[in-house]
Amino acid sequence: MTAIDARDPENTVPMATHRRIDVSKTGDVTVVRFNDKKILDESNIQELGTELFGLVEQDNRKAILLNFTGVEFLSSAALGKLITLDRKVKSNKGRLKMSNIRPEILEVFQITKLNKVFDIRDEEADAVAAF
Amino acid sequence: MIRPPTAVAAAGTLNDHGRMDWPNPMTESQEWGWQADIDLPSERGASRLVLDDLLEQLAIHGWEHSDIFGVHLAAEEAIVNAILHGNRLDPTKKVRVSCRVSSRHVRVEVTDEGPGFRPEEVPDCTREDRLEEPGGRGLLLMRSFMTRIEYNDRGNSVLLEKKLGAADEK
Repeated sequence: MTAIDARDPENTVPMATHRRIDVSKTGDVTVVRFNDKKILDESNIQELGTELFGLVEQDNRKAILLNFTGVEFLSSAALGKLITLDRKVKSNKGRLKMSNIRPEILEVFQITKLNKVFDIRDEEADAVAAF
Repeated sequence: MIRPPTAVAAAGTLNDHGRMDWPNPMTESQEWGWQADIDLPSERGASRLVLDDLLEQLAIHGWEHSDIFGVHLAAEEAIVNAILHGNRLDPTKKVRVSCRVSSRHVRVEVTDEGPGFRPEEVPDCTREDRLEEPGGRGLLLMRSFMTRIEYNDRGNSVLLEKKLGAADEK
C-alpha cells in the first residue's frame, strides 16, 4: 500500500516516489536535497516542480528547507518553480527556507532580487534553527 | 502570469537575417580558438547538444569556473527561449547556434525561426510587484552575466558576448 495520508504528515516515510529530490526530516522540518547537480533540463524541472509542490499540496508539510548542497547550476525555469513553491507554502501558512547555496547561484538570486523573497541561510543547521 | 522574456511566434526560415545587423559579424575572421555552428532541433533539452562542447571548450581555453557559469546560464536561457518561445517546439523549425571561443572572448549567437519579439517590452521582473512572478528572468540573467547582448531588429536572433577584462565584466 502506498496510499498518501495527508492528514498525518508525521507519519511520512517518503510516500510519493521522488526522483528529483531527496526528502528527510530534522525534527519538524522537512529537509529537501536535490538529486541533480544541474537543474536545467526542461522535463526534469517540470518533474521537480511536481515533487516540490506535492510536499505542500499532498503531504501538507509546513516547514520546508531546501538544502542546495551539490547544486552547481539552475536556470530561470527552475527559479520559477522555487517562486511558485514559495507561494504555495505561504498560502498553506507554512514556511520555506533555503541553505547551502553556492556563490554563483547566490548571485543569481541577488541579480533577480529573489534574495528579498526567499529566506536564505548559510548552512542547514542555521536554517533549521530559524524555523 | 507574465509572458516569458522572449515570447515569439513562429514563421520564416532560418537564414542570415539575424546576423545582418551585427557590427561585427560572426563570419569575420578573428583569433578564435574554437568555433561551431549547429542547428538544434526545437526540443526540450536540446541545448545540451551544443552547450556541453561550449563549456568544455571554455575550460580548455582557461576560463574560470565562475565565468563559465555565467556564459552557461546566459546561453541556456537564450537557447531555451528560442526553442520554447521562438520556435514553439515546432519540429519543422531549427535553432541555429553559433559559438566562438578564445581565451578571453566568447560569442554565442542564437537564432530561431520565429517572427521575433521586442525585448524592451519585457517587463522588469525585479519590480516589487513582479518579484513573485514565476517567469521573466531569463533576459535579465543574460544581460547580467554577459558583457554585451544584442537582439537584431526582427527580434529572432540574439548575440551574447563576454570579454574578460572588459569594463563591465561580471
